[in-house]
Amino acid sequence: MGKKLISMTVNGQTHEVAVEPRQLLIHTLREELGLTGSHIGCETSHCGACTVDFNGESVKSCTLLAVQADGADILTVEGLANDGVLHPVQEGFTEKHGLQCGFCTPGMMIRAYRLLQENPNPSEEEIRTGISGNLCRCTGYQNIVRAVQYAAEKLSAE
Amino acid sequence: MATPAEEIKDPVDGIGCSRKRKEDARFIQGKGNYTDDLKLPGTVFGAFVRSPIAHGRVVSINKEPALAHPGVLAVLTAEDLAPLSLHWMPTLAGDKQMVLADGKVCFQQQEVAFVIAEDRYVAADAIELVEVEYEELPVIIDGRRAMDDDAPVIRDDLEGQTEGAHGERIHANHIFRWDVGDAEATDKAFDTAPITVSEDISYQRVHPCPLETCGCVSNFDKISGELTVYLTSQAPHVVRTVVSMLSGIAESKVHVIAPDIGGGFGNKVGVYPGYVCAIVGSIVLGRPVKWIESRVENLAATAFARDYHMHGEIAADENGRIQALRVNVLADHGAFDACADPSKFPAGLFSIVTGSYDIPSAFARVDGVYSNKAPGGVAYRCSFRVTEASYLIERMMDVLAHKLGVDPAEIRSRNFIKAEQFPYTSCLGWEYDSGDYHTAMNQALEAVDYEGLRKEQAEKRANGDLMGIGVAFFTEIVGAGPTKNCDILGIGMIDSCEIRVHPTGSVIARLGTKSQGQGHETTYAQIIATELGIPSDDIQIEEGDTATAPYGLGTYGSRSTPVGGAAAARAARKVKDKARKIAAAMMEVSPADLDWDTDRFIVKGLPDQSRTIKEIAMAAYQHLPEGLEQGLEAVEYYDPPNFTYPFGAYLCVVDIDRYTGEVKIRRFYALDDCGTRINPMIIEGQVHGGLTEALAIALGQELSFDEDGNILSASFMDYFLPTAVETPHWETDFTVTPSPHHPIGAKGVGESPNVGGVSAISNAVIDAFAHKGVTHLQMPHTAYSVWKTINELGINQ
Ligand code: FES
Ligand code: FES
Repeated sequence: MGKKLISMTVNGQTHEVAVEPRQLLIHTLREELGLTGSHIGCETSHCGACTVDFNGESVKSCTLLAVQADGADILTVEGLANDGVLHPVQEGFTEKHGLQCGFCTPGMMIRAYRLLQENPNPSEEEIRTGISGNLCRCTGYQNIVRAVQYAAEKLSAE
Repeated sequence: MATPAEEIKDPVDGIGCSRKRKEDARFIQGKGNYTDDLKLPGTVFGAFVRSPIAHGRVVSINKEPALAHPGVLAVLTAEDLAPLSLHWMPTLAGDKQMVLADGKVCFQQQEVAFVIAEDRYVAADAIELVEVEYEELPVIIDGRRAMDDDAPVIRDDLEGQTEGAHGERIHANHIFRWDVGDAEATDKAFDTAPITVSEDISYQRVHPCPLETCGCVSNFDKISGELTVYLTSQAPHVVRTVVSMLSGIAESKVHVIAPDIGGGFGNKVGVYPGYVCAIVGSIVLGRPVKWIESRVENLAATAFARDYHMHGEIAADENGRIQALRVNVLADHGAFDACADPSKFPAGLFSIVTGSYDIPSAFARVDGVYSNKAPGGVAYRCSFRVTEASYLIERMMDVLAHKLGVDPAEIRSRNFIKAEQFPYTSCLGWEYDSGDYHTAMNQALEAVDYEGLRKEQAEKRANGDLMGIGVAFFTEIVGAGPTKNCDILGIGMIDSCEIRVHPTGSVIARLGTKSQGQGHETTYAQIIATELGIPSDDIQIEEGDTATAPYGLGTYGSRSTPVGGAAAARAARKVKDKARKIAAAMMEVSPADLDWDTDRFIVKGLPDQSRTIKEIAMAAYQHLPEGLEQGLEAVEYYDPPNFTYPFGAYLCVVDIDRYTGEVKIRRFYALDDCGTRINPMIIEGQVHGGLTEALAIALGQELSFDEDGNILSASFMDYFLPTAVETPHWETDFTVTPSPHHPIGAKGVGESPNVGGVSAISNAVIDAFAHKGVTHLQMPHTAYSVWKTINELGINQ
């Protein structure tokens, strides 16, 4: 199948990649760019393990073709920390035990990162609704909520 | 509200500390190393052609069109595997299972052919090109119909075999009959008891559904003859043994590596056809073959759990003191008996069914049958068949309470095994190690103001509102297990730990278990830290690589802490024994003259004469007096003398919308006693997660099928996984009753919340209708099924 050249910015770096028109964005990220932090849990837009930040929105990258990302600005878990300093969301997840197996964690954190920009001071209910597109099988969400609250406090103090 | 966060200050961050997790650093930075992340040069991809029907003969398979497709390297069928005797494989339960359809298919989505291609998209294209012709046969979906006279025979390969792996087979679709207890004494008690109750209680077919599906990468080195398989396994050493047995490759040349695992919950214990096909593919092609399950495949084909149809009966006196328990179970095992139980226990540890109660006689019978559904029967976040058993007795306690008009909490207290009765031998033969049930129950009732809740419920009922209070008490049996009765494929269910102390005092420890999110890298280090006086941060834990870790049976059935954790403590004690000898030599005293204090040996009566473990470590690699060998390390293979018996008291309050049937968990309080608590933060996390899985099972999860055997719940559209919105706030609490036989008194906790949680939530939903005479409703309590009950009872009129 003929490949198409696309260009996208991922974690601040511009990449030119030749992709099959049918290739899913998650596969391009994981297999062409080697960014395996974003995961695949369902391929049907339900679990959110593949969530990336896409032009300022949380997007499930298993449900987007790579060609649709031509020109896009994407942030994945690998780009959350800044010069080796953890992002408050990352800090919150480890401080509050917001992860167990870690499989949902990259998608969950990328979602939390955007949620806190949409709503810097969310209530518990708003956090729960805000992350409801991301499934976690391990934590029961309680400590994820606390992790997001931790990050919210830390970010608003910055 | 009791959400304890005890903080212990400890110089080495050992047992009892809520130490932050060591493994988090890689996961929060996207640097986890899961199976699908692996990219070996030259990797090719495998995908299955699967059966669209639940039962039928395979008339023909034409793989030519697929083979002609560009990028396709091979198409394997049973015919190709037969010369290697790999078209079937043995199961852990003493049965065998088709790797690829051998003449017929017995469940929808069964593996029929394996296509290997240069890329995963090409493999997906090519499976559509394999032409398979089927001749449909009638199906059995409800296991309760499997032994009807006119039931179609599912396993033609067993025709005429009246003996199975566990004794007599009484029907072509019968697998085993397992009886336990004293039938005569039990019947006698029922004949004379003033009160008897009975109920049909089913535990629906569910799936553990970890967020990461199963998969592997197999790499065969033609030159060295070595096979390396990376796979999502909770039990990598067992997989190595199975692979060696199946392939004929010497076990020393088989290298199984379980990298990071995205949740297991029992789904990743067994050996699946995908592993076998990827291994054969890599041997044939000389290239690494990757096979990663899709979510549909995961839900439809690998490792279901439960599917137990139970009939429970209790005989009691007028005061509700139980005299006997009788249980009959029809266990639907699917098309092949691939249960992951210790070999001699075809119904797992179901005989824990007498629960937390002092019951004089009991009898249980379990009949396993085949049906046209996927094989499995794994312990989904529980010890083998313990959730089923616990659910049965906890439902029956409510049924008895209802009959007598006694409060459910009170009926339990009247029947509890008393603290002074431990160690307690149940009438079905288990020796419960320790417990204090009354204390736990009372603490729970007080914490939630149980009396107040019952008052509120009475008022609500007067207004026509539906409020339910679920009481559940559970006793688990975990940590399989003593080699005298527990083995898998003939290998005793030991686990192991090897500890090496380096000259500068840091440590590497390797274990035979395998974390799937439980935090072993953190908690095992805490055990060793306390034993050796070395800071946790200086202790590196490794698991999952069979080339380096000592042999162990893996992580499931809450066995990591009871068995692996015990091995860690005892290996550390061996190290410490040697350290004592070295310290004695260093200070020229006898080893018996030394006392241990936190991180050093001190000469008795001379507190300034001491050597720290760090100093001893260095000395261990220097000149030593005769009779002492250099090095400071030890290996322990631990054979537990008994199981451990964690327990807990759970209370759940639900409000039910009487127009929509929606169940809302208003409050859930969980008191767990897992003995010594290694890391309270991790324990609480385990409880939150287990309760959320319990909620899923009680209120929504079910692998359901239509009458033709089509699976109706093979995606997240149809299989319920709770989001943060449906999940309530969990309250956790604890008591501590150490296990007397475990080196540090710990019992294991990961699975307790699922065992107790399902009963508590289901009991709460049913309790909401108790005043209308309802004694039982089948799970899952979805809004629709609850609404149907409401409608039948006319509550919404
Ligand atoms: S993999 Fe994209 S939502 Fe599940
Ligand atoms: S931590 Fe395992 S799925 Fe969320």
